[in-house]
Amino acid sequence: MTDASASPVSPAAAPSAPSSLYEQSSRTKKRNASEKRFRAYGLTAIAVGLMSLVVLLISILGNGLPSFKQTYIVMDVELRADVLDKNGNRDPADIAKVMTFGYTPLIKQAAQAMVQEMGSDIEGLTDKMIGDMISKEAAGQLRNYVMKNPDMIGTTQQFKFLANGRIDGYFKGRVTMESAALDGNVTPEQLMAADEMAAAGYMTTAINPGFLTAPDASDQRPEAAGLGVAILGSVYMMLVVLVLALPIGVAASIYLEEFAPKNWVTDVIEVNISNLAAVPSIVFGILGLAIFINFAHLPQSAPVVGGLVLTLMTLPTIIISTRASLKSVPPSIKDAALGVGASKMQTVFHHVLPLAMPGILTGAIIGLAQALGETAPLLLIGMVAFVREYPGMPPEGLFDPSTALPVQVYNWTQRSDPAFFERASGAIIVLLVMLVLMNLVAIILRRRFERRW
Amino acid sequence: MNDMRILERDVTTNTIKFAGRDVHVFYGETEAIKGIDVDIEDNTVTAFIGPSGCGKSTFLRCLNRMNDTIDVCRVTGNITLDGEDIYDSKVDPVQLRAKVGMVFQKPNPFPKSIYDNIAYGPRIHGLAKTKADLDEIVEKSLRRGAIWNEVKDRLHAPGTGLSGGQQQRLCIARAIATEPEVLLMDEPCSALDPIATAQVEELIDELRANYSVVIVTHSMQQAARVSQKTAFFHLGDLVEFGATNEIFTNPKDPRTEAYITGRIG
Repeated sequence: MTDASASPVSPAAAPSAPSSLYEQSSRTKKRNASEKRFRAYGLTAIAVGLMSLVVLLISILGNGLPSFKQTYIVMDVELRADVLDKNGNRDPADIAKVMTFGYTPLIKQAAQAMVQEMGSDIEGLTDKMIGDMISKEAAGQLRNYVMKNPDMIGTTQQFKFLANGRIDGYFKGRVTMESAALDGNVTPEQLMAADEMAAAGYMTTAINPGFLTAPDASDQRPEAAGLGVAILGSVYMMLVVLVLALPIGVAASIYLEEFAPKNWVTDVIEVNISNLAAVPSIVFGILGLAIFINFAHLPQSAPVVGGLVLTLMTLPTIIISTRASLKSVPPSIKDAALGVGASKMQTVFHHVLPLAMPGILTGAIIGLAQALGETAPLLLIGMVAFVREYPGMPPEGLFDPSTALPVQVYNWTQRSDPAFFERASGAIIVLLVMLVLMNLVAIILRRRFERRW
Repeated sequence: MNDMRILERDVTTNTIKFAGRDVHVFYGETEAIKGIDVDIEDNTVTAFIGPSGCGKSTFLRCLNRMNDTIDVCRVTGNITLDGEDIYDSKVDPVQLRAKVGMVFQKPNPFPKSIYDNIAYGPRIHGLAKTKADLDEIVEKSLRRGAIWNEVKDRLHAPGTGLSGGQQQRLCIARAIATEPEVLLMDEPCSALDPIATAQVEELIDELRANYSVVIVTHSMQQAARVSQKTAFFHLGDLVEFGATNEIFTNPKDPRTEAYITGRIG
C-alpha cells in the first residue's frame, strides 16, 4: 500500500550570512536569559522556604526549650507527727484523712525556717510571700511521699519542690523586678529572696522529667503541668489509626486497583475518595461525634474515638498513595507472573505488593503524621478536656479519657499565665520530635524494602 | 534432545496443537483481528510475521488468554488447545497459562534471585514435593534455557543483575520450568544483540523437540532461520500461512511478496 516513494531531496536553505559559534545569536541569548531567570526564581523560593523554616525552628526552640528545665527549691521538712498522724498509730486510713491542705503549713514553716537560717534581711518579705514561692503542687508531692512511707512521720527529710511559676520565670528571664512590681502574683521581695536562695544553693534549675511524664495541671500551677497524658493519648490514637487505617486502606486500594472492574461505579468511588482527602478535618470530627459518640455511645474523650475519627481522615490519604505505588509497579512484572500461571491474587501478593511496599509505607506514615498533628476533629469529640488521670494499658485504656498532644498545645495557649505559653512551645517541640521520628521510621523501612527491577 | 537428527530432518508430527476458527479480537470498537483460521502443530516452530499493528501479538496473547487482563479486549470465534475450547466458561485461564508458557518482548525477570525466578512457577503449581526436587527442576530448566553454565555459581544473585541476553534466557528457562506444552514468544530477541539472539534462536530450535513454539518476530531472517511454519499477518488478516520455505521463496499472495521483499511494512 505505501510504497516508499523517494521524494527528491531539497537542498537545505543556505544561511544568509556565515555565523560564528563564538557569538551567541539573539535567540540563544534570550533563551539563556530566561533559563537564568527561572533558576533565580527557584533559588529564591527555596531560600524563602528555608528561611521560614529556620525562623520557625529558632522561635519554637527559643520559646520551648526552657520548658524542659524547671526551678526547684531544696528544703528540709519536718514531718510532724502531731499534724500528720494525730492518733499515732501509723494507720494508712488515718493518715489518708489528712488532705493536702494539712501539709501546706508544714511546707510554709520549713520555708520560713530556711529563710531565717540564711539570715536574710529583705525588707517587706512576709511569711506568706515566702510560702507562696513554692509551687502549690508541693503539698501533694509531700502527701504522696508520706502515704508511701508512713514510717518517716516524725522525722525531718530533705525534699525537692518545684518553685512557683513566677519564680521559675524569673530565672528564665520571663519575669523581672519591674514586671514583678506590677504583678499581683509575685513581688520584688520574693525575687530578691529567690536570688539569695539560689546563691545559698537552696534553689537550683534542673532538667524536668515531669514535663514529659506528668499530667496536665491547673491554671495556678503551670510549673507542674506535663505532657504525660497527652503523649499517651496520642500514642494510643496512632495505634488505633495504624491498626485500622493501614489494613483497610491497603486492602481497599488493592481491590480498586487490581480487581475491581472499571465502570462508572468504581469511577464514582474513585472521585469520592479523592474528594474525601480534601474534606476539612473538622467535618470528620462532627461525623465522629454523631456516629461514634451519639449513635454508638462510645465514651467521650477516649483515644479509641479519636483514633476512629483520625482513621476516617487518614484513609483517603493512604488509599491514594497506595494506589499510586501499586500503579507504579511495571506491568511487565505482572505479565511475567501471569505468564507462568500465577493467579491474580498470587501475582498481587507475591510480586506487586512487595514492590509497592516502600510507597505504601511512606503513604501510611505520611497519613499517620497528618493524623498525629490534627486538632480540630478531636475538639469535637471531647479530647480537649482537662485530664489528670493516666489512661490505662490498652486495650481497656483506649476507652479511658485522655487528651492529645496538639490539643494540649491548643489548650495551653488558651491559658492566661505566660508560663503556659512556654510549655505550649515545649509541647510543639515534643510533637515535632515525634513527627521526625516517624519520618525516620518511614525512611528506614523504605530503604529496607527498596529493590531494583 | 540427544537425537539431533530428528531436528535436522525438519520433521513435523502433524498433530494439531492449537486450532483457531474465525477468531475476531476487538479492542473496544476497533477490530484488531478480523476473523482468522489457523492450525498450529505440535513440535513445530511457527513464526508470526507482519508489519507493526497487524495483530500478530494480539493473536499470540489470545492463545494463553493474556488478553483477559485488558478490560476492553473481547475475543470471538473458537480457539482450541488439543480439541478443548480455551475460551469455554469452564476454563480457568490460570490453568491454561500453566500449559501455555509465555516469553515477553522485554526480558522481565522478577526482582528476586535467579533460583527464585525459576522456582516460582513450579512452587505455585506444586510441581516439586521436596527441596531436592525443586533444585532438580531449577537445574534442568536452566540447562534447557542454555544459561546453566553462566549462572550455576550465583543462583542466589538477583536475576535483574544479569545482562539482557542472559535475562531473556532466564525468562525462557522460567517459562519452561512449569513444563508447558506450548511456548509463546513475543519478539523475544528484539531487545538483544546479535550474539544473544543467536543463542536464543539456537535454544528455540532445541525446544522444538519438546514443545510447540509460537514466535512473533519482526525479523524475517529470524523467521526463516528458526521456523518451520510461517504466518503472515496484515491489518488484522491472516494473509498467508504455510511452510516457511514456501512463504519465503514462493509467496502466493502479492502482499506477502511485497512484505518480504521490503516494499511494505
